[in-house]
Amino acid sequence: MYSQKVMEHFTNPRNVGEIPDADGIGEVGNTQCGDVMRIYLDIENDIIKDIKFKTFGCGAAVATSSMVTEMVKGKTIAEALEISNQAVAEALGGLPPQKMHCSNLAADAVHAAIKDYLDKRNKG
Amino acid sequence: MRRVYLDHSATTPVDREVADLMMVYFTEKYGNPSSIHSFGREARHALEEARSQVAGLLGAKPEEITFTSGGTEADNLAILGLAEARQEKGRHLIVSAIEHHAVLDTVKYLEKAGFALTVLPVNSAGIVELDEVIKSLRPDTILVSVMHANNEVGSIQPVAEIGRIVREHGAAFHIDAVQTFGKIPVNVEELKADLLTISAHKIYGPKGVGALYVRKGVRISPLMHGGGQEKKRRSGTENTPAIIGFGKACELAVQRMTEEAERVKKLRDTLLTGIVESIKYVKVNGPQGDLRLPNNVNVSIEFVEGESLLLSLDMLGIAASSGSACTSGSLDPSHVLLAMGLPHEIAHGSLRFTLGRQNTEEDVAYVLEHLPKIVERLRKISPLYDQFNKTK
Repeated sequence: MYSQKVMEHFTNPRNVGEIPDADGIGEVGNTQCGDVMRIYLDIENDIIKDIKFKTFGCGAAVATSSMVTEMVKGKTIAEALEISNQAVAEALGGLPPQKMHCSNLAADAVHAAIKDYLDKRNKG
Repeated sequence: MRRVYLDHSATTPVDREVADLMMVYFTEKYGNPSSIHSFGREARHALEEARSQVAGLLGAKPEEITFTSGGTEADNLAILGLAEARQEKGRHLIVSAIEHHAVLDTVKYLEKAGFALTVLPVNSAGIVELDEVIKSLRPDTILVSVMHANNEVGSIQPVAEIGRIVREHGAAFHIDAVQTFGKIPVNVEELKADLLTISAHKIYGPKGVGALYVRKGVRISPLMHGGGQEKKRRSGTENTPAIIGFGKACELAVQRMTEEAERVKKLRDTLLTGIVESIKYVKVNGPQGDLRLPNNVNVSIEFVEGESLLLSLDMLGIAASSGSACTSGSLDPSHVLLAMGLPHEIAHGSLRFTLGRQNTEEDVAYVLEHLPKIVERLRKISPLYDQFNKTK
């Protein structure tokens, strides 16, 4: 059902954890549907220096979270905002159709974390 | 790699003796049981013997058994067949909230066609309460359908008591006994059943065959029209090899049932106790003790999701199942766990192990060795576990 790449990211997820005093935190999903993703960003000069995640959910939810952290690390926030859920799924060699809706939210979580960062900066 | 199959409520392997017998009816005794020549007669003879074997295990008469393509067809035949035959008398149906989809979706189909439907709630252990049955009966109630034991949480329902109430009222009573048949005694007289569904592949028989018990004198309309086989209740050439395999599986179940139930119950208790003792924040789903199927373990492991548990177990060769949304193919977790009042996030973390004939103490030890490590790993990446630890 899952590609080898999904299973590999599920088994050895990259960048798991939290960043204390993160510049931006984004959370998407809810316990009702069974997937919750939280992304932590460390941003310097609009570049994502570090990224960590924590995810409650199925294999696809964990794998997409792990994949997106690899895709945006070292990128500018403008570049990260252009990465879509679809692109994350493609980078994993595709997801089963029923997973595209419910568990493919990792890019949204990154975007939410960037928004949090921008909101905080604008207030400060 | 070691492989441990703990999903016997999904299906079972076909017993070698059953498979060997079936092979004869594929390649040598292949006649059509409706033919009058010797080829047909030998197939007919074996078919009727199988019918007697199935009837014997149910305490029924052979002519009360109709073979079908499986449990789903038998449930459909019972409900649609009875509703059509009795719709002049009334159009109200009653089922429990934790029925298999073969029952639930069939009565919902009838509801759309104009029948009235009452869905009975269950208590937190997953058991229907008799008061609810009594309250829901109406003068126009024609059918009550309650499963003998639930496939997910193993809760055994008070079907004999429900059967007595329903019979007194004058409605028909259907029992889906797919999960109990061959595991614990199922007797149509004691259970006051008018219609009762069973399936072969849950008792080491082949897939693609089941049966509906129809009490003598109860009329149902057929779903299949054609050659008039099975006393016109189910047209279509009989699946002779599968039916004969089903009969043999029943014969073996009779010999082994009592001893096997005791053996498996010990393994179940070791597994259940082991999980609860080695992992924190675990909730047992379903009743404890004798109200639970002897082979069923169902737990919710908090802060982790069911599908990721299954994937992790599968990588170690362990086969289990879950009621999480991801495994049900919908956005909602198991309707059974929700009916028992579990919050969504706890239902998403459910894990079911169902034991069977080839399982050993070593299999249980293997699960207990690995499951705590899997849970620890998944909790480390779970934001819900973080949140819990920060707020406790």
